[in-house]
Amino acid sequence: MSEKEVKNMEAIFDQKIANDEKIEPKDWMPEKYRKTHIRQISQHAHSEIVGMLPEGNWITRAPSLRRKVALLAKVQDEAGHGLYLYSACETLGISREELYNQLHSGKAKYSSIFNYPTITWADIGAIGWLVDGAAIINQVPLCSTSFGPYARAMVRVCKEESFHQRQGYEIMLTLCNGTPEQKEMAQDALNRWWWPSLMMFGPTDDESTHTEQSMKWKLKRKTNDELRQQFIDQTVPQAEILGITIPDKDLKWNEERGHYDFGKIDWDEFWQVVKGHGPCNKDRLETRVNAWEEGEWVRDAAMVYAEKQADRKVRKVS
Amino acid sequence: MSDNKENKKKPATHSSKGTTGKKNWPLWEIFVRSKNGLEHRHFGSLHAADADMALENARDVYTRRNEGVSIWVVESKNITASNPEHNGEMFEPASDKVYRHPTFYDLPDDVKHM
Repeated sequence: MSEKEVKNMEAIFDQKIANDEKIEPKDWMPEKYRKTHIRQISQHAHSEIVGMLPEGNWITRAPSLRRKVALLAKVQDEAGHGLYLYSACETLGISREELYNQLHSGKAKYSSIFNYPTITWADIGAIGWLVDGAAIINQVPLCSTSFGPYARAMVRVCKEESFHQRQGYEIMLTLCNGTPEQKEMAQDALNRWWWPSLMMFGPTDDESTHTEQSMKWKLKRKTNDELRQQFIDQTVPQAEILGITIPDKDLKWNEERGHYDFGKIDWDEFWQVVKGHGPCNKDRLETRVNAWEEGEWVRDAAMVYAEKQADRKVRKVS
Repeated sequence: MSDNKENKKKPATHSSKGTTGKKNWPLWEIFVRSKNGLEHRHFGSLHAADADMALENARDVYTRRNEGVSIWVVESKNITASNPEHNGEMFEPASDKVYRHPTFYDLPDDVKHM
């Protein structure tokens, strides 16, 4: 295609997005659109998959059968979300194998929040309440993003996420209505998860390099700072109901803005964790790579079995 | 710092071996009928070694909350798709055939039930 033709195609493409028309996998798209979507959708998928690890850590020790079945179902949902997203990503012409390679080699990123440890049972409550709460705020606008397969995957994901948040909040509520030690455990979990949850919305708007282009493609509909503010505004009253304190002495309602003001986020910590120096980066990746490598013989055996069955069918027919 | 783990940690295998499985599981397209009376609709895709496994995986991936009463799986390579770049010659011929629509025909208002 000549440069002029590409320009022309780009103009038609931009117009389609401006008209809220969806882009489907086989439609023409600018290379940058394809690459950006592969990056974002795969990061999202990797986050779902790695996100199973901190919670999986507590499945065998859930305090009751009710909690155990709920946590199992939640972790299974995360696996499902990863699969929806990987298959949406594959429609852009990248193989599942390549996507896994990018995760396992450390080339691709996943959400930094999963590099924090789950030390007590209350962490499972805090993750559902705060981490899934933040994820929902990030994900709801993506249900109307421009790339069809991503938008459809997100509709399904969002439908399932609200159970996750409610089960987490219920865990927190039970602990907060329990013994002083249990309430303290809930407070401790809030102390550790609050700031990393705020970081889930990404760098501040003036530091965010992708925002402008992503807004144009409707990969983003609100900026990082807007989403973060929305999360804080809706979470503060939830903490009040629990009767525990958000670990931010600068947090206070601003009548004029109609929002909560909040303290300074430690972005050095954020970048440290992104760069691989968080408390669990190494552990998470190792666990994931081991799971994949130790499952290799199962995948191979399934393939050999499938081929044998197919051969038999052919022989029976002939 | 690390997770409070119940089991003693296994020695980590520091392998950077890529995914060099002999053969990757092929891709399948999944169609689900959400209830009788409705058609099967495309729900997404997944990888599986064969059709039986694709059905089982589809059950777990796409119908965890009673979303379906019937599943079809088709290996993706067996689907032939039209090319959106040829949408002009493919679909435009239909747009100038207004006589295929009931509103094309002028009838007096007195004619009922038609």
